[in-house]
Amino acid sequence: MWAMIVKEFRQLRRDRRTLAMMIVMPVVLLIVFGYAASFDVTTIPTVAAGPEAGQVTHLVGEPFHVVATEPSQGRAWAEQQLRDGNAAVAVVTGDGRPQVLIDGSQLFTAKAAIAELSAAAAKAAVHGAAAGGQATPPGSQPQPVVTVLYNPDLNTSDIMIPGLAGVVLVFVGTIITSLGVVRERQSGTLEQLAVMPLKPRDVFLGKIGPYFAVAALDLAIVVSIGVGLFGVPFRGSLAVFALGALLFLFVTLGIGVLISSVSENQGQAIQLAFMVTLPQILLSGLIFPLSSIAIGVRWISYLLPLTYFNEISRGVMLRAEPLSSLWQPFLFLALLGAIVFTLASLRFRAYLAPAAPRGGTGSPRSAQKVTSAASAPSGSAG
Amino acid sequence: MTAPGAAGSAGDWWGTEDVCVRFGDTLALDHVWFRAEPGRVSAVVGGDGAGRTTLLRCLAGALAPASGRVRRPGPMATGYLSAGSGIYPDLSVTENLAFRAAAYQIPPQEARERGGELLARAGLDRVGDRLGGQLSGGMRQKLGVIAAMLHRPALLVLDEPTTGVDPVSRADLWWLIARAAAGGAAVVLATSYLDEAERAHDVLVLDAGMVLASGTAEQIVAAMPGTLTVAGARPAGEAGRRAWRREGRWRVWDPTAGDTAGTIAPDLQDAVTVAILARELALVPAGGESR
Repeated sequence: MWAMIVKEFRQLRRDRRTLAMMIVMPVVLLIVFGYAASFDVTTIPTVAAGPEAGQVTHLVGEPFHVVATEPSQGRAWAEQQLRDGNAAVAVVTGDGRPQVLIDGSQLFTAKAAIAELSAAAAKAAVHGAAAGGQATPPGSQPQPVVTVLYNPDLNTSDIMIPGLAGVVLVFVGTIITSLGVVRERQSGTLEQLAVMPLKPRDVFLGKIGPYFAVAALDLAIVVSIGVGLFGVPFRGSLAVFALGALLFLFVTLGIGVLISSVSENQGQAIQLAFMVTLPQILLSGLIFPLSSIAIGVRWISYLLPLTYFNEISRGVMLRAEPLSSLWQPFLFLALLGAIVFTLASLRFRAYLAPAAPRGGTGSPRSAQKVTSAASAPSGSAG
Repeated sequence: MTAPGAAGSAGDWWGTEDVCVRFGDTLALDHVWFRAEPGRVSAVVGGDGAGRTTLLRCLAGALAPASGRVRRPGPMATGYLSAGSGIYPDLSVTENLAFRAAAYQIPPQEARERGGELLARAGLDRVGDRLGGQLSGGMRQKLGVIAAMLHRPALLVLDEPTTGVDPVSRADLWWLIARAAAGGAAVVLATSYLDEAERAHDVLVLDAGMVLASGTAEQIVAAMPGTLTVAGARPAGEAGRRAWRREGRWRVWDPTAGDTAGTIAPDLQDAVTVAILARELALVPAGGESR
């Protein structure tokens, strides 16, 4: 047994990545996720519309934070603010009792807002009772009419399934792709590919194409089940959703290829893919509201593609957001896609062709001579 | 069908000119000159770490030299069997060949005919549906060679195609190799078996990345300096450093070639061993540790 223990320690000592995973990563993960794992909503972005919008700022306290007031606007504007994700709560003042609109697609924020409003109502009732049994004492504000939009029943599945669709894509796109590519190295076929008359770009696209198709099919199945079985609404444009999914898939597949290009074997690829996937699930706003994540950790959320896909999928499916109001997540996803795909292409090129043949490749099946000269700046074909 | 070895033409040759390859501080190839001619089989031999695989990788285009020049046809006209078989374990025999055919743009009909013919000759025609990972080592090697020569390359580079293969499969492999050469390809193969190297038209002997000898097997044997004797036991003293065990007895090399009494005619294995020994003795003078 001692011999076995010594052997394992020796192997472990040389496998620095696994060693780091075992010792350093738990500490890092605990700290990061410790700050991230919070359902507490400390700030609720709020907008106010109507003639008395200006007073809302003075009337609502923490955690409501008024980010915009538009006395000249009405309910339509307020709804648009919620739909576009500019606020989680909108207060519409005007004739009669004020209306409070709550974005139900932000589940925890919505629940926190309702809890605060209920507490305020209860407090007012107590004050009313103390003031002589009047529900609305003189000088106090009338109780608002609360309406929850986009997810009126505050169903968890309604907000989770659009996000879970992204998680499925992360799994297929990142983990499965990284395994598929690194398998070439392990099976010893990588060098064959390197000397075949295939352009790195063709190998790259040919490699990820099938995963792309499978992931797209997975997405269609997940969304169909979500809509058909769980009754999740799909209120927006399918085309906008598909465009977002397409961009997101490119990013996740690119990450998968990147991981595979720095992994020697499938074990290492799984380790790295796990390290990339776990933060996406925990820090993307899928489970914990982004506003609840400590600011020191939240910046990581904005580097994760799932954060933006969540915004797109929830925005399209629940709030019917058009492309124009989702331009930010689309832009960031496109930027991430460009960066990751460029890096993945470059890494894959190096990964595939440890010695890029210099000189002409010749016409198909021809015997054009290629003279590879290490000293020649660009090689020469003789 | 495209003429076999369409790539090859008279007077053409592939190979290396003064090639050096360095891995960190190790010089894997040290100013290697090598020429492989169409229609001929060249065997690259040498001990472990001699640089055989490195040379073949350079020839195939899988590795760039640190200096020197590599003459090789384009990727379309190069066939390569890497140190593994290069066969996808989760594709069937026919699917492996279909992938190669598509990569090298061989028309499907031609690929089927040629692949079928080669598979039949190698005894693999009845396992066409079997996965690459389920083939025996010999079968996998044969499939690897067939895949490498399917597109009739002008240069066929085979890294240890017969290592660990049973004698019957080895014969099949040599039939395939000879077939490729007869078709006009310059075949370069690395091998650990010197009896096998004797079957090649040309032999290149490498040791520690340097060329020790090259030419036909006969030329290398003829060029062996000194004489060879056989002894029942390892000689004592200095002569012991020039002795090695073979077939239960000791071969003793005398570099002076003075007395020819009792000498035996060397074969390629002897000549290669002497070449390596001579280099080692030059590196480690008398009194130092050698073998």
